[in-house]
Amino acid sequence: MADGGLGGSAQVQLPVGFGPRLVAFCEELRNEGLSVGTSEILDAFEALESVPWTEAADFREALAATLAKSQEDRRVFELLFERFFFRGAEAEALRHAIGEQGRYESGGHLDLDEIREAVRQAITEGRDGEMRDLARLAIAAFGRGGEGSGVVGVDVQRIRRTLGLQVGGRTEGEDDDVLTLDRESLNQFERHLRRELERGLIERTERLPPSRPLADLDRALPTSPAQDLTAVHRAVAQLKRRLATLGHEQRGRRRGAIVDVRRTMRASLETGGVPLRLKHRPRRPRRPEIYVLCDVSTSVTSASVFFLSVLHALHESFRKLRSFVFIERISEVTNAFERERDFRRISERVSREGGVADVSGYTDYGRVWLEFEAEISEDLDPRSTVIVLGDARTNGRDPHAETFARVAERSGRTFWLNPEPRLYWNYGDSVMAAYERHCDGAFECWTTKHLENFVNVVAGGSPAVD
Amino acid sequence: MAATGTPASVDDVKSSLGEVGYLADEPAALVSYLAQRLGKPVLVEGPAGVGKTELAKALSRASGRELIRLQCYEGLDEAKALYEWNYRKQLLRIQAESGEERRESWEAVQEDIFGEEFILTRPLLAAIASEDPVVLLIDEIDKTDQEFEAMLLEVLSDFQISIPELGVIEARTRPLVVLTSNNSRELTEALKRRCLYLWLDYPVVEREVEIVRLHAPDLDEQLARRLIEVVHMVRSLDLKKPPSIAESIDWARAVLLLGADDLDRSVFERTMSIIVKHRADLDIVAERVGVRLGEEEKLDLGAARGQGS
Repeated sequence: MADGGLGGSAQVQLPVGFGPRLVAFCEELRNEGLSVGTSEILDAFEALESVPWTEAADFREALAATLAKSQEDRRVFELLFERFFFRGAEAEALRHAIGEQGRYESGGHLDLDEIREAVRQAITEGRDGEMRDLARLAIAAFGRGGEGSGVVGVDVQRIRRTLGLQVGGRTEGEDDDVLTLDRESLNQFERHLRRELERGLIERTERLPPSRPLADLDRALPTSPAQDLTAVHRAVAQLKRRLATLGHEQRGRRRGAIVDVRRTMRASLETGGVPLRLKHRPRRPRRPEIYVLCDVSTSVTSASVFFLSVLHALHESFRKLRSFVFIERISEVTNAFERERDFRRISERVSREGGVADVSGYTDYGRVWLEFEAEISEDLDPRSTVIVLGDARTNGRDPHAETFARVAERSGRTFWLNPEPRLYWNYGDSVMAAYERHCDGAFECWTTKHLENFVNVVAGGSPAVD
Repeated sequence: MAATGTPASVDDVKSSLGEVGYLADEPAALVSYLAQRLGKPVLVEGPAGVGKTELAKALSRASGRELIRLQCYEGLDEAKALYEWNYRKQLLRIQAESGEERRESWEAVQEDIFGEEFILTRPLLAAIASEDPVVLLIDEIDKTDQEFEAMLLEVLSDFQISIPELGVIEARTRPLVVLTSNNSRELTEALKRRCLYLWLDYPVVEREVEIVRLHAPDLDEQLARRLIEVVHMVRSLDLKKPPSIAESIDWARAVLLLGADDLDRSVFERTMSIIVKHRADLDIVAERVGVRLGEEEKLDLGAARGQGS
């Protein structure tokens, strides 16, 4: 192979003892769920040979490029990188008993207002180095000689409040100048505060706090439905691909192929008019036609935001999609989704239009099926897929499972996504079993992960473990 | 600038990319540098229109390598990506043979028609077989099926292609491979394992201003900044298709052509369709951003009057 890249000027020798460190770091990444294989570790070492490892930014980027291979991974990587090398440095400092004497006893009197002003300025201008210095000053000024309450999180919040730093809001307290800080830079400042406080704590107690796995809270991405949307959209885009290709394949097998007489005759010319080889008519890919029924009653309130976002994403991807919401009766909302783009407005609109469907506030699955059969069932054909999003809680009313069976019979495939854990199915007034029998598949679905799982199963893969 | 040699440092890459009109940020420069040093493919992900494809093109220009592009789409198969036998030519050859008396044995003909002469090279084979090092761009890899990805593995890790009739064709020089993905589906672990990963995002205001000024040098800096600020404002809305960098460049040029010296509401409304290309999006943007511009205008006028009196 012509790869004569070695011997360049950037060839760097890694320090002794660095290897095990890096492997330990990879081990931590693995514990947090990144799939870091041996080949990735080798790559990382190779990359570090051509990048000056003394440059913090280059070092980090080189590791990230070789070890973290998705945006999600990258976020976890950042968190771990910070923590791992911070702890490493501190442990080393402890071992050599290096400490800063009187780190929080600055020479003169610290002027509160001055610090406050400086901090705000640094944050608005996003100067990182300055923020770090100011974080130390701030701790010195407010933290009673750096002692504080001993709980880092509490101290951070207390200092932040005393400094009057708020996101996008009016600063509280005496001065009323409007200063909007964006969340990102404020977080940055808080990180510096946290780091400095931790450092102080380690120096005082002379030991490292136990290392804990990253809390789910730290790595959780979807804090708002709007953010969650992208994940849902991704899963649905996959779903579209699967439905389009796989359904067609399965159906083709079941129905058998149709002989194309014209092409068979033409092929027979090669063999002197004897039709030795049969030519089949090409199978046309099916356009998936999807009917989605979504329960929006109170029993699934928490889930319905998620379900509506699923619906929203489905509408983005499929042209032939009709969606319905139901509580006691059914109501078509296809138009609402097609006209509105903004998720928030859609949910408002659906709750307004869907209001028609609500008489007593209790779901009546039986009635829903009767109505669905009477009004929509005509349009169903073997090419259509029916997806039901609901908890199958009938509030003690007749489930009319036989009607549902007829609907399932008419349509090509029927799936049920239930927002409750499987454990609760058929417990209380849930009649999941009665419906599950007629479905091609029933799945629990309350996170995007479940949704992806559903997509996998539809695709014929094995369900992912969770 | 070394034509095809490996660059000496990250800054080298950055400056050579800058020379050909691509302002790379730190991670992008570093990963391109590593890719050339280690000879590994780069997987570039990010939203549409942040310059993923452009990065590959710039790398090709900067390193003086030829760019070979494989545009992926649903249903792309080996015949379109690797190689294909030129049936017609083979057929002609056989017919030409049989025209003369049958002197050659069957084996000889068979050897003959499965030679390199009868192969139609497609991008992947072209990149592997090229005499000079090339940049191979595999664009929108997420549009293909998983089967195709699996086929790519041989090419990407060993830089070789096996053709049953011919044997294994190995790369004479190592191509610099750039794969781009819009993240519409999760790529397989096996593929990711073989690549360096780079996430490109929309640039921060300062860098985008630089980019726009690079492509529209006559644009006043103040105006450019204002333009980009508006673009960022538009991107923060929930749109079907947020404006890409290329579109902000187009917009800057359009504003320049119109000879506008400030971005007020009327200019914005006239040129808005350059950055927003969806009916529904247009309404949202006109409503949110247009109104805000209008308000600012009033404020400005008020201030001007205040000064005047």
